[in-house]
Amino acid sequence: MSAASTIRIIGHRAINAVWRIGMASRFFIYTLLYSGSSFRRFHLTIKELFSTGVMSLIIIIVAGLFVGMVLGLQGYETLKRYGSESALGTMVALSLVRELGPVVAALLFASRAGSAMTAEIGLMKATEQISAMEMMAVNPIARIVAPRFWAGVISMPLLAAMFSAVGVFGGYLVGVVQIGVDEGSFWSQMQSAVDFRDDILNGVIKSFVFGVVVTLIALFEGYDAPPTAEGVSGATTRTVVTSSLAILMLDFVLTAIMFRGN
Amino acid sequence: MERTTLDLWVGMFVVAGIAALVMLAMKVGNLGTYNVSDAYQVQAYFNNIGGLKTKASIKSAGVVVGRVTGITLDTERYEAKVEMSLDRRYQFPKDTFANILTSGLLGEQYIGLMPGGDSEMLKNGGVIKKTQSAVVLEDLIGKFIYNKADSPAK
Amino acid sequence: MSWELLARGLECAFSILGVSILSEPALVEIRDLNFAYDKRPVLKGINMTMPKGRLIAIMGLSGCGKTTLLRHIGGSLKPTGGCVKVGGQVMHELDRNGLYAMRRKMGMLFQFGALFTDMSVYDNVAFQMREHTELPDEIIHDLVLMKLHAVGLRGTQNLMPSELSGGMARRVALARTVALDPMLIMYDEPFAGLDPISLGLVGDLIRRLNDSLGATSIIVTHDVQESLKIVDYVYFMSEGVVVAEGTPDQIRASDKEYVHQFVHGEMDGPVPFHYPGRDYLQDLELRA
Repeated sequence: MSAASTIRIIGHRAINAVWRIGMASRFFIYTLLYSGSSFRRFHLTIKELFSTGVMSLIIIIVAGLFVGMVLGLQGYETLKRYGSESALGTMVALSLVRELGPVVAALLFASRAGSAMTAEIGLMKATEQISAMEMMAVNPIARIVAPRFWAGVISMPLLAAMFSAVGVFGGYLVGVVQIGVDEGSFWSQMQSAVDFRDDILNGVIKSFVFGVVVTLIALFEGYDAPPTAEGVSGATTRTVVTSSLAILMLDFVLTAIMFRGN
Repeated sequence: MERTTLDLWVGMFVVAGIAALVMLAMKVGNLGTYNVSDAYQVQAYFNNIGGLKTKASIKSAGVVVGRVTGITLDTERYEAKVEMSLDRRYQFPKDTFANILTSGLLGEQYIGLMPGGDSEMLKNGGVIKKTQSAVVLEDLIGKFIYNKADSPAK
Repeated sequence: MSWELLARGLECAFSILGVSILSEPALVEIRDLNFAYDKRPVLKGINMTMPKGRLIAIMGLSGCGKTTLLRHIGGSLKPTGGCVKVGGQVMHELDRNGLYAMRRKMGMLFQFGALFTDMSVYDNVAFQMREHTELPDEIIHDLVLMKLHAVGLRGTQNLMPSELSGGMARRVALARTVALDPMLIMYDEPFAGLDPISLGLVGDLIRRLNDSLGATSIIVTHDVQESLKIVDYVYFMSEGVVVAEGTPDQIRASDKEYVHQFVHGEMDGPVPFHYPGRDYLQDLELRA
């Protein structure tokens, strides 16, 4: 392959990427614009909250518990070397609230609820349900996309909070109940080190941003999928890959903005 | 699925999520333990604050009584000026002694207050006069080496 | 460029004016319709007139532009030339609100029904009533049951679309299509993939619904025998142009080669059996 054609391929890819980002932004704006009915007829959003939020509960709780338990175990082994086992609570809580809660919950959400959303909307498109809706003079963005978007945005921070809370409990189980770190210092050091605004609120903001991004990617990929079996399966894969990368990159950016300076 | 069961599940989900947030704020965070509105301000000057940071806790007899709210360098005295916010429930005598201490070998630094015997209490905007700076590890090691070199070889 | 457009628009307006003076008002008028995907022309100067109350079939081989034509009537595609008028309004000049207002008076049955898979049969039929009207639940309930009764599937109201057979799903979709009593009903391959009994049933329903609603219906199909039984008028399309038209009797008796081959399902004719390629012997490397 000649150098010119390689550069041409790179150029083509770049133009495509920018094009898709533009399409996704337009899709995002339309979704916000036509969000009225998902609040006026809130039962549409409630139905989607069930399939995104409630159906993700089990995976979030189980994963949170185990991540917290691992943190307790690993943290204890590391802190023991410096004789600061009493800081175990601080370590577990800070890592969960600041990073692992929002990030891992968002990754799980992308692969559990995001992929399901893409597949569902892709299949609706492939079976002409979306065209049918348009022919019935019902805007599919308002009727199908917007309720799912808001359900994702609402459930993501709640799921991340549950993940962190269950994770702290998991760390407590391993650190205090099993290993025998002093319970008083576990909680009191945690409380003196974790700040509500700086740590907890920033974690919530992070998970909110992740919720917007993951849901948007999932819906856009579904809506944009070629209406064939391969098209839908490809779009589902892209949802998980793109949103996972987006979560990790955005997490770096947000962390840099939020936690520098202290 | 029936509309009512759906509503029930989603309601439970939202309540559980908010409960988790409240639990994080109260039990894990410092919202439950410390309230800024009921506080008074005092300041203290230190030669060296070591690794003290804003929001570090202020303890007396191991009980958290306040937080560090600001650290600046006073360019007239070339000393660190530390602003403290103390809980109004706890009043301290004027000759209270402020120490910068470390929890554990590598733990974070905090200010320890040792009450004196004065009958007058610290007021809002008051200054703690008696302070002791942070123990800086490098200085300690330096002193140790200096002493070793000084002592006659056996 | 703009002169060309203006001229085309004027031409379009005059032609419709002319027709409406001469004969009874047509519900759908298609004049010199041209359309191309990128550079590939799909429709090349289509002219059709569809009077009120008629059942019209558009026939042709797969890929001849039938569905594209239907999408123009529904206003989801913009022509590259010419126009489609429905009820006197040019579809591609309507704004979003105008288009949606027009579509409320239309119904479209998609190829495989396109029922909403996340809703029950009842909710599918009630969908448009809930979206577009403020009717109370009791009235919607009665209307839905009437529509389902008309297609003979009142008993399925609580089933999900995945629990229906293909023929039943098509009939439910039919009930959903006519939920708001449209003035124009379009059918995209309504007979595809149906067993003989369902086929006759759906064909009969299409005819009866058209007559009882006083609507105009357009059927896009390649099922010649079934549609010739029920329709009033037939257009034959091939490669983007209308090659023949007439009443079912005229079509059956037609001596045009293409129509004859199509109606009688002959293997070879104007539509060749072989896809164009190199010479057979040459391909087999038997001849240099």
